[in-house]
Amino acid sequence: MADIVSTQAKTAPRPRRRNKISAYETRTAFLFLLPSLLGFLAFMLIPIIASFGLSFTNWQLLAPPQFVGLSNYIRLLTTDPAFFNVLGNTLFFTVEYLVLNIVISLTLAVWISSLKRGQRWFRVIFFIPTFTPTIAVSIVWLLIFTPGGVMDYLFQTLALTVPNLLLDSKLAMQAVIIVTLWAGVGYNMVLFNAALDLVPQSYLEAAKIDGASAWDRFWKIRLPLISPTVFFGTVMTAITSLQVFDQIYVITRGGPGSSTATLGFAIYTNGFQNYQMGFASSLAWVMFVMIMALTGFQFWLQRKWVHYDS
Amino acid sequence: MTARVRTPRKPPHQTRTLVLDTISHAGLTLVALLFLFPFFWMVSNAVRGNNEVLAVPPRFLPTEYQWGNFAEAWLRLPFGKFFLNSFIVAGSVTVITIIVSSLAAYAFARLKFPGRESILVAYLGTLMIPQVMLVIPLFLIVSRLGLINTYQGMILPMAFSSFGAFLLRQFFLSIPKELEEAALIDGASRLRILISIIIPLSLPAIGLLSLFTFIGQWNNFLWPLIVVNGMDHATLPLGLTMFQTQQGTSWNYIMAGATLSMIPGIVLAIILQQLIYKGITVGSGFGGR
Repeated sequence: MADIVSTQAKTAPRPRRRNKISAYETRTAFLFLLPSLLGFLAFMLIPIIASFGLSFTNWQLLAPPQFVGLSNYIRLLTTDPAFFNVLGNTLFFTVEYLVLNIVISLTLAVWISSLKRGQRWFRVIFFIPTFTPTIAVSIVWLLIFTPGGVMDYLFQTLALTVPNLLLDSKLAMQAVIIVTLWAGVGYNMVLFNAALDLVPQSYLEAAKIDGASAWDRFWKIRLPLISPTVFFGTVMTAITSLQVFDQIYVITRGGPGSSTATLGFAIYTNGFQNYQMGFASSLAWVMFVMIMALTGFQFWLQRKWVHYDS
Repeated sequence: MTARVRTPRKPPHQTRTLVLDTISHAGLTLVALLFLFPFFWMVSNAVRGNNEVLAVPPRFLPTEYQWGNFAEAWLRLPFGKFFLNSFIVAGSVTVITIIVSSLAAYAFARLKFPGRESILVAYLGTLMIPQVMLVIPLFLIVSRLGLINTYQGMILPMAFSSFGAFLLRQFFLSIPKELEEAALIDGASRLRILISIIIPLSLPAIGLLSLFTFIGQWNNFLWPLIVVNGMDHATLPLGLTMFQTQQGTSWNYIMAGATLSMIPGIVLAIILQQLIYKGITVGSGFGGR
């Protein structure tokens, strides 16, 4: 998106003296911009700065905040045993969810685009959960997962000795991932499906005539051609999955133990249940750094697999 | 061409592709049915007695359909109030977002003023900031303003959207300037031009932004969770979780409430998937940008 700004700057060269910006137009512009700028200042810029500042204090809401330097961050990295657990849970969730989301949504997209009829209906079915409230969706899944519920019944019927997902600290995160996948694959599926339909049929026909198998046609023609869309989907999915909160709040409340406590959940509990606003702010900045790092990593990685030569 | 000579191919066998097509359709239908199961389970549990919800073995269909559960849930639990609150919050955020974003987008797209590029870059820079990160300072600001547990407190911090301003700016830039010039010469004000020329031409973009904003707020959970305490201002997602913790959970009523809460999203998803699909296929080539 930054490139849009820079091309804009190039096509609209800095106005010369004789074409100077009129004071009247400037005044009009700022009147138009005023409501938005006020919102930007009050609910974006000041909160960002405040959050950064707060992360260096020990503010606990009742007493006035005191500057404590880096001690929140030092506490995270050294004395707080929960932090690395939370960090591990967040990364575990993000990586497993991201990989499964991309694989499943891509598979569904390819499958749907191979159909001659009914494509639209399948798209709608997989897309619907992405627009329903995560909380409502999570409550429905909570009923499915609940001890003695349908999921347990299914495992019993299939003679699988799987413990109840929500009661097992090793499996609880899998329950959260299942729900998030169900709620989230549809969006990427529609994106990928649309991109696949843009791959020129003539390329595929030509490859077919040359004897390329369906497998080869996917890996050598379709995937490279849709790779910018897949890249976009991967980056956006990674950013949202690092923030996961709603599902965890409803389904596991971070448990059993603290096996599903993620960064988003830890920010909420530290800030709004323990009132440790300063400490929670430092967690928020850890999340921000993780988002930046993961996004940067993906941009670095894209040079190896994303093709922009359409 | 040479390949064609080396490997002469028969025309594709009609019956074979028909069989494969049928298998493929059947397989995907099976996946889709599995995918729809949670919806089925929700509705199926919404219309049965509560003692049947956790019956062992589970009954997939109710022994007796209690369609009155929807009305009962609406009356017994304050779902009516939750709906109203959700509509007030999501509706107001959407209206304010559209007004504020169109004004800002017009200034960015058409008016010259010092600092235009830097302000735009600052807006773009905030697109990556997650909501969870700002929740603490936003809570402090809203509580300083005395807006905890009020509609204003739920609405105002959500009604500013740098994404909206940016999206509409991109759309406004694509509208030919000539359309405005005649009006300018006739002495129309900039606001007049925005309202009677630009906005009517931008309805697709404004519509898309409205739908996304509305559904985003309808589904929003974290912010109401922080700003609201008690039932009076609770929105639907918040209301649903409140019943989760009450003793003697009435699962059937909660499922009825969940079903009702999903209706706007389902309707919009049906409309939007086609719009998004078209937007990608018509708009921007291979990149989903």
